[in-house]
Amino acid sequence: MSFNKQDVQKVAHLARLSLSDNETEQYQESISSVLALVEQMQSINTDGIEPLCNPLEMTQRLREDEVTESNQRDSYTAIAPRSEKGLYLVPQVID
Amino acid sequence: MHSQNITLLAQQLRNKEFSSVELTQYYLEQIKQHDASLNSFITLTEERALDLARQADIRIQNGENNPLIGIPIAHKDLFCTENTLTTCASKILHNFVPPYESTVTQRMLESGTVMLGKTNMDEFAMGSSNENSYFGAVKNPWNLNAVPGGSSGGSAAAVSANLAVAATGTDTGGSIRQPASFCGITGLKPTYGRVSRFGMIAFASSLDQAGPMARSAEDCAHIMNSIAGFDDKDSTSSETKTEDYTAQLNLPLTGLKIGLPKEYFGEALDPEVAKVTLDAAKEFEKLGATLVDISLPNLNLSIPSYYVIAPSEASSNLSRFDGVRFGYRCEDPKDLLDMYMRSRSEGFGAEVQKRIMVGTYALSEGYYDAYYLKAQKIRRLIKQDFVNALTEVDVIMGPVAPTTAFNLNSKTQDPVAMYLEDIYTLSANLAGIPAMSIPSGFIDKMPVGLQIMGNYFAEAKLLNIAHQFQQHTDWHTQTPSLTEGA
Repeated sequence: MSFNKQDVQKVAHLARLSLSDNETEQYQESISSVLALVEQMQSINTDGIEPLCNPLEMTQRLREDEVTESNQRDSYTAIAPRSEKGLYLVPQVID
Repeated sequence: MHSQNITLLAQQLRNKEFSSVELTQYYLEQIKQHDASLNSFITLTEERALDLARQADIRIQNGENNPLIGIPIAHKDLFCTENTLTTCASKILHNFVPPYESTVTQRMLESGTVMLGKTNMDEFAMGSSNENSYFGAVKNPWNLNAVPGGSSGGSAAAVSANLAVAATGTDTGGSIRQPASFCGITGLKPTYGRVSRFGMIAFASSLDQAGPMARSAEDCAHIMNSIAGFDDKDSTSSETKTEDYTAQLNLPLTGLKIGLPKEYFGEALDPEVAKVTLDAAKEFEKLGATLVDISLPNLNLSIPSYYVIAPSEASSNLSRFDGVRFGYRCEDPKDLLDMYMRSRSEGFGAEVQKRIMVGTYALSEGYYDAYYLKAQKIRRLIKQDFVNALTEVDVIMGPVAPTTAFNLNSKTQDPVAMYLEDIYTLSANLAGIPAMSIPSGFIDKMPVGLQIMGNYFAEAKLLNIAHQFQQHTDWHTQTPSLTEGA
């Protein structure tokens, strides 16, 4: 199937990536070639085959619901691009 | 020059032939002399290394006998190291200093290893040539015009050039084995879940696995003894018991049944690589093994299945890089959306952005069944091939890559050609089985690796087989000649 410029722009927006026109064109070509590569899957009959999502077929391990982590607020916010009083600062969201 | 033999170095340290501080100084000097042209390190941690070496010397003096104490090693820059820059070779993490330590590096620290620094790699481990690094390409020590392979190219080049005794790597689709093959060293990708993923910057969570890269299988076994085992901080960590990975190294290979899958010797394979691989297999016959022709009929489907599953999981994992909590944020964002979009498109390289978009597309409404779900069904077919084959034979052998190391910039314009490089390595990740690469010969002075794949949790068996080969061949002892500055 063909993957056009609008498709690239739509996917880029969903992935929160901003692309120039030039980049959009380049990605259209390179993503199309990946999609062409994976297209051969469609000719394989997989009726009745269960998808394999964990190679060991493990189920999610559960644990008691208890506090295991200590407070790391200071060390975590210290490495943020912008923070103040233990809060992350971002551009204004609400007018 | 020091040997890269952990057992021997451990003895020499205990015989006081040299101290860990002296050994560490030697390696730091080697890196300074030779890494300008190889570019295998992103960060050198000189002061910390000397500090760790001093502590190691005390532990040795106190009679502690773990052979890893005082051994200078390097970590792929994908493992979070507390208070040490961890970039994943990306601009988006160019300033990221983790507030915590990964389980792999923590265990290596407790075992007494001395971290020399963090090694270069393909950005977010996405690549097969180490040309996708924000910090520049790594060169192959055997030929500076050739790639070292990827994504653990820095670790492979550093060990190959003896700039570290050993290193860690990670393998999502071949990222330990292919660079090990291209650089002439030994590398092991363990069973999925054998080594903790905690503190590894995630690429594709159902495929990622960390492992050792070293001169020999014996050295890989020493490192496995440190890093393998259950970790409750990793929700997919296996509770299967670990073994002493050095205990079986000397077992004879009499009666071993080795499967050679015909699909691994098809048209894609360079005939000279085929010859080296078959010659290596014949070497095992001399050691008492028998060779059996087998088939893994769905091998070709590993490429489409992987190139849907890996980008899908990556697109999800990499959504955490948003410019809010850590890493790169764009200048003067005009609003929240602008901040997300520009931080990510300025921070990620082109290959990473492409894979994020492929994955986003494959997971988007209306396409999920045709791509991600379909790929997971095919993944089961690929796993079943291995399960079936491994009821007939003990291990499977074949090439690691279709060719020896290719030249820098020769495949960057053709992404599909680059993806086809991974044809022989992807399936072990999809099935989750352990696999390794060991040096098995040279073509035009460039190393060739032999791949050995085994059953789930058969790491000790693989290391035994590799070690026996290395007792009877000397491919793994050959090192590139480095001149001053190269």
